[in-house]
Amino acid sequence: MQMIIANRLLDGRVVFLDDSGGWVSEIADGLLLASKQAAEHRLLTAQRSVEENVVVDPYLIDVSADTGRPRPVLVRERIRAFGPSVGIVPQSHAGG
Amino acid sequence: MYRYDEFDHKLLAERVQQFRRQVKRRLSGELSEDQFKPLRLMNGLYMQLHAYMLRVNIPYGSLSSRQMRKFAHIARTYDRGFGHFTTRQNIQYNWIKLEEVPDLLEELAEVEVTAIQSSGNCVRNITSDHYAGRARDELADPRVYCELLRQYTILNPEFSYLPRKFKIAITGSPRDRAAVALHDIGLRMHRNEAGKIGFEVLVGGGQGRTPFLAHTIRDWLAPEDMLSYVESILRVYNMHGRRDNMHKARIKIIVNQMGIERYRELVEADWERIRDSALKVPQAEVDRIDAYFRPPEYECLADIPDELNEVRSRIPEFDRWMAANVAEHRVPGYSIVNLSLKAPGLPPGDMTADTMDAVADLADRYSLDEIRVNHRQNLSFVDVRQRDLFSLWKELKLLDLATPNIQSVSDIICCPGLDYCNLANSRSIPVAQDLSRHFVDVDHLALVGDFTINISGCMNACGHHHVGNIGILGVNKRGKEFFQLTLGGSSDENASLGDRLGRALPQDEVPAAVETIVEAYLAMRLDGERFLDTYRRVGIAPFREAVYNPVPARAVA
Repeated sequence: MQMIIANRLLDGRVVFLDDSGGWVSEIADGLLLASKQAAEHRLLTAQRSVEENVVVDPYLIDVSADTGRPRPVLVRERIRAFGPSVGIVPQSHAGG
Repeated sequence: MYRYDEFDHKLLAERVQQFRRQVKRRLSGELSEDQFKPLRLMNGLYMQLHAYMLRVNIPYGSLSSRQMRKFAHIARTYDRGFGHFTTRQNIQYNWIKLEEVPDLLEELAEVEVTAIQSSGNCVRNITSDHYAGRARDELADPRVYCELLRQYTILNPEFSYLPRKFKIAITGSPRDRAAVALHDIGLRMHRNEAGKIGFEVLVGGGQGRTPFLAHTIRDWLAPEDMLSYVESILRVYNMHGRRDNMHKARIKIIVNQMGIERYRELVEADWERIRDSALKVPQAEVDRIDAYFRPPEYECLADIPDELNEVRSRIPEFDRWMAANVAEHRVPGYSIVNLSLKAPGLPPGDMTADTMDAVADLADRYSLDEIRVNHRQNLSFVDVRQRDLFSLWKELKLLDLATPNIQSVSDIICCPGLDYCNLANSRSIPVAQDLSRHFVDVDHLALVGDFTINISGCMNACGHHHVGNIGILGVNKRGKEFFQLTLGGSSDENASLGDRLGRALPQDEVPAAVETIVEAYLAMRLDGERFLDTYRRVGIAPFREAVYNPVPARAVA
């Protein structure tokens, strides 16, 4: 299975292409692409979003959906999808 | 600290307005990403894994408490409440929104801070000794020359489209705390035979995928010739640097391909033409800049070893901190205090907005308003009265900034790695966290002594792994993260590049391997030897044997 990942232009946040051709922050809301043909077709849609200045640098990533929840195969894409593995804010001392 | 004049303020305001227009044109679609990317990079703005990242310059690592408070405010207002101090004395924000960057830059400009040339193929933030102006062994404050070079190279059209990025470091002490041999240009102050202070000029050092120690291109250069000589080095680089292949574009490649003798000939030939030009630095200008860096008015105090020793003998924890984190000051009665950003389990160099504010308050009260950032990702208070050391220590403890581990096994340099960085192959922060949790016994840290561990998440080497006593490089093998260890690196005045220990290890084996190396060192060291000394004496073989072919436990028994 594959999905399309990108950064939103406005704030740089990671987004996934959904089935309406829009972009969502949660990987679970993104569109799963079962065939190579579908993947390539949707990548063209994504490219239009680049031209429309919605996202930058969209590309296909491999995901597994065995547990019902899509999960990127590569560590890098898992970190992009779920955030830094070290916590978003450092554990801290002074009130944090 | 240097203060901007009306021209600086005007220039900076214009630059912010220019970038505001560029962002607007990008958001409207008038500029494509390909067109916009070089413009945002000129302003320190990257696209990383999760968001835009902004790198903000801290020239030569010197900060006022007012500037630190602004960093806290930026972290709170535009980011997720924290920032990351880097290995080049900068601060990075990880969660920046493009549309907010112009406002952010305007706020930074209020405190005379910029992100100009913190990225791109230009002269980057000029780094220096974090003890500059305060070290007892220093010949003169190197920041005067850093500032002169900063003013000359910033937005200078000749240096705005270099073949690749360009890093300069200057030290005024024989003891090199600025890693000058690992820079494109390193300047090291020393006296010539006539007793006059000048610079040894080094060129072609660097880390990354092809590490080199710099070569000396000139033994002694008069300070007034600094600008013209640096210009000649840059001009030859501009002419000969390879723009066809970014991996071969740094000056280190050119210098090592043509040889330092040939590079020197080209530089000297160019320099002969310009050395007596308008680039000769007038003493009046040096004096003008020097006035900004003049030390504060110190009280007339004496060193108080007896009083401090009395407290140290009663409170071992304070004693450990004094031994590890406090350094000599050139003025009697004062000390330099290092704040460790390496408490066990914390990402090296990260600091929350609340802690930044607290540090700014402490700097006001204890350090005559001055804070330094160093390339090992710690902070320093450079003007602390010795009689205040004990109360400062107590305050720093409350903030978790008093771990007595400066220059020890748990004082780890670490790049952001695959948790944030677009270039990384593997995560580096979790390895640093594992190690700092592993080496928590401060008595053990003191026993092991002087030690550096540097971790990079990829071969670009932002974590300085080549020059760590133990270097740890994250690599990716068939989609999995592994870590390659090197031994014997050093970035000081006797710099050396580390040697590869053996096959890469999975993350969970790294702490045990490091412990094995440390134990092997303790077993082999002679009196007074640092790890580096022992390593240079015995070589890599015994360490390799200890890590990869351990003697089975029962054979020992």
